[in-house]
Amino acid sequence: MKAVARAHPLWLAYILHRISGIGLALFLPVHFWVLSLALNNAAQLDAFLTLSDLPIVKLAETGLVFLLAVHMFGGLRLMALEWLPWNAAQKTWAAAATAGAFFISIIFLMQAI
Amino acid sequence: MSEREIISVTVQRGGPDTPQRLQVFEVPAFESQTVLDVVSWIQQNADPTLTYRFACRVGMCGSCAMMVNGVPRWTCRTHVNKVLNGGKIEIAPLRNLPVIKDLAADMDPFFDKWVAAEGRHHPTRSRDDDIAAINPEQPERVVASSGIECINCSICYSACDTVAGDPDYLGPAALQRAWTLYNDAKDADKDTILDAVSGKGGCHSCHSMGSCTAYCPNGLDPLSAIAGLKRATTQRFFKGRAK
Repeated sequence: MKAVARAHPLWLAYILHRISGIGLALFLPVHFWVLSLALNNAAQLDAFLTLSDLPIVKLAETGLVFLLAVHMFGGLRLMALEWLPWNAAQKTWAAAATAGAFFISIIFLMQAI
Repeated sequence: MSEREIISVTVQRGGPDTPQRLQVFEVPAFESQTVLDVVSWIQQNADPTLTYRFACRVGMCGSCAMMVNGVPRWTCRTHVNKVLNGGKIEIAPLRNLPVIKDLAADMDPFFDKWVAAEGRHHPTRSRDDDIAAINPEQPERVVASSGIECINCSICYSACDTVAGDPDYLGPAALQRAWTLYNDAKDADKDTILDAVSGKGGCHSCHSMGSCTAYCPNGLDPLSAIAGLKRATTQRFFKGRAK
């Protein structure tokens, strides 16, 4: 039989939040371990940081920023959804305003760079 | 006259005592045919042993819900041409409930949880008192009214992945019922309601996946109702119980 249909926006937002959370949970221990090298083993840290010039690592960093952004906005979405007694139209306007502000600030940032 | 188009309908058969299997039926297509019409055609013309449940056929009684192509739907108001997938339909009993036989799901756990969520009226007055006047514009009443058109079809319960993963979870319909009563000026026992929905398997088990709201055939919003219970139980936790 067909799998249960789940591909609606709320469920996709839920699963994206969970997967990004798991991704960050896997990343953070490694991140802190690398940071700890600054105190314990500077030479090893420098050797490790040369890896960050590799294209694959730059791609992975982009993915990391994506996970962070998705998880942060997913968390804000969840808090708004559960803690603010807004109606659907108010939530849509709030999301549109956030997206608009985010878009304008990114354009501004890109021009500044 | 041209030959009728044929729909290929895959039906899940069996129950607790017989192994589950899939059976394919060839059903003639009719104009404005509903999924319930298709199931009835099979039972009346192809296999009289097919078991299913329906009553009103107009979307009021909530007894004919089934999984149609993986989506829980009220079959009496689901047109075949809206769900036909390459000339085929797959029909199964509602998910997250025990199967009695074929397409008839056992609704007992669903209604037991309705009771467990204190989804019953706690009166403020006796039959000797006058009926309390209710202002339909009052904000609490507007919130309560938005959830009272539930027909107990169990589609939200079937759609919910939290129900699938947690047998104790009360589910969207029961929690929405509790939220409706919590906002009802004629309900006298708000604390009992919050007690019933704040324990294990209560409103805080909800992961806000939103399938309940996405698939409710009556356009209700159990997701927001459960969020309301989360706020109410949390406020009570910090502010203390009503004296």
